[in-house]
Amino acid sequence: MMLLPMPFHSLLLFIVWLLLNNSVSPGHIVLASFFAITIPWLVTGMRDDHPKILRPWLAIRYVLMVMKDIITANVEVALLIIGPAKKLKPGFVAIPLDVTTDLGITILASTVSLTPGTVSAEVSKDKAWLFVHALHLENEAELIESVKQRYERPIKEIFGC
Amino acid sequence: MPFYLEIIISVSLLTGGVFLLVGSYGLVRLPDIYMRLHSPTKASTLGITGVLIASMFFQSHLKGFLSIQELLITLFLFITAPVAANMIAKTALHHSNKPAEKTQNQALMDTIRDRESPPSNSIK
Amino acid sequence: MLNITIIAVAICICIALILNLWRLLKGPTISDRILALDTMYINAIALILLYGIHARSSLYFEAAVLIAMLGFVSTAALCKYLLRGDIIE
Repeated sequence: MMLLPMPFHSLLLFIVWLLLNNSVSPGHIVLASFFAITIPWLVTGMRDDHPKILRPWLAIRYVLMVMKDIITANVEVALLIIGPAKKLKPGFVAIPLDVTTDLGITILASTVSLTPGTVSAEVSKDKAWLFVHALHLENEAELIESVKQRYERPIKEIFGC
Repeated sequence: MPFYLEIIISVSLLTGGVFLLVGSYGLVRLPDIYMRLHSPTKASTLGITGVLIASMFFQSHLKGFLSIQELLITLFLFITAPVAANMIAKTALHHSNKPAEKTQNQALMDTIRDRESPPSNSIK
Repeated sequence: MLNITIIAVAICICIALILNLWRLLKGPTISDRILALDTMYINAIALILLYGIHARSSLYFEAAVLIAMLGFVSTAALCKYLLRGDIIE
């Protein structure tokens, strides 16, 4: 633990360095290990506490589900953009948040921006509301329910908050 | 280059190009800034993914080993696109840009700008 | 076949860039202009990668990474400046 204060970040640095150089030669592996050990050691004093990932398998499933949703939602949005603009019914929606940590809210807001026809615009000061803009808003309650069920519940379970 | 590889690269390039075009078309066509935000964050991100997948296959063929470094740009864009969209939405709200007239819940805009909780009567 | 596809996709991306430019010049608000710039750099990445495929070279990947990073930072800095009047608080 003393050697690697941030194991996940170290692994990420290692992989990203090898990817950037697109090689697995011994020299690059040594250099990547050097960065993976030194950089977390230098910056560990600066970071805030983040909640730990409690259920890694659920996190992987969540990422896969979001990827699938991104593709379907993109096709949907593309059709909406090409289709008649007069029919679109945009609107602002306030979604009550159950996730309390900053990281959880960030992930939820990013997923909401990437997936269905919504862009997250703002979070209220007390971090209890997420304001989103929907491109085509038909049923407000249904949208809120789908965001809460589909995205917020897994995030809550992953971080256990 | 084998024919099947050419087909894969062509198809993903074309998908990417079409999505990029649709994203930019939406940017010109949609009536207000909040709606315009949707087209680049979604369509363009998928478009660039298509082009990057094509590039990945091509470079792997060119070099003779699996080259997945293009995934790095995809990952980076998937992380940054929502953040950029969020910041632009904040800017638009801060400048009180007018939304299209048919936008629902326009009364919420002031509370969003001030980052307050919405008034309780607007919640169903 | 690949050469024809590359030309077709290049035309698509160039039209997309022209549409972005139109939005950049026309406005009407400053947020629209930032959004147009943001979309423009995504299209530029696609164009550079496409040229990399056309020229059968992997050098252009580095340029694409740099554009991706600088593009995001510039969008964030512009928005931050307009929101707060200051980039680093």
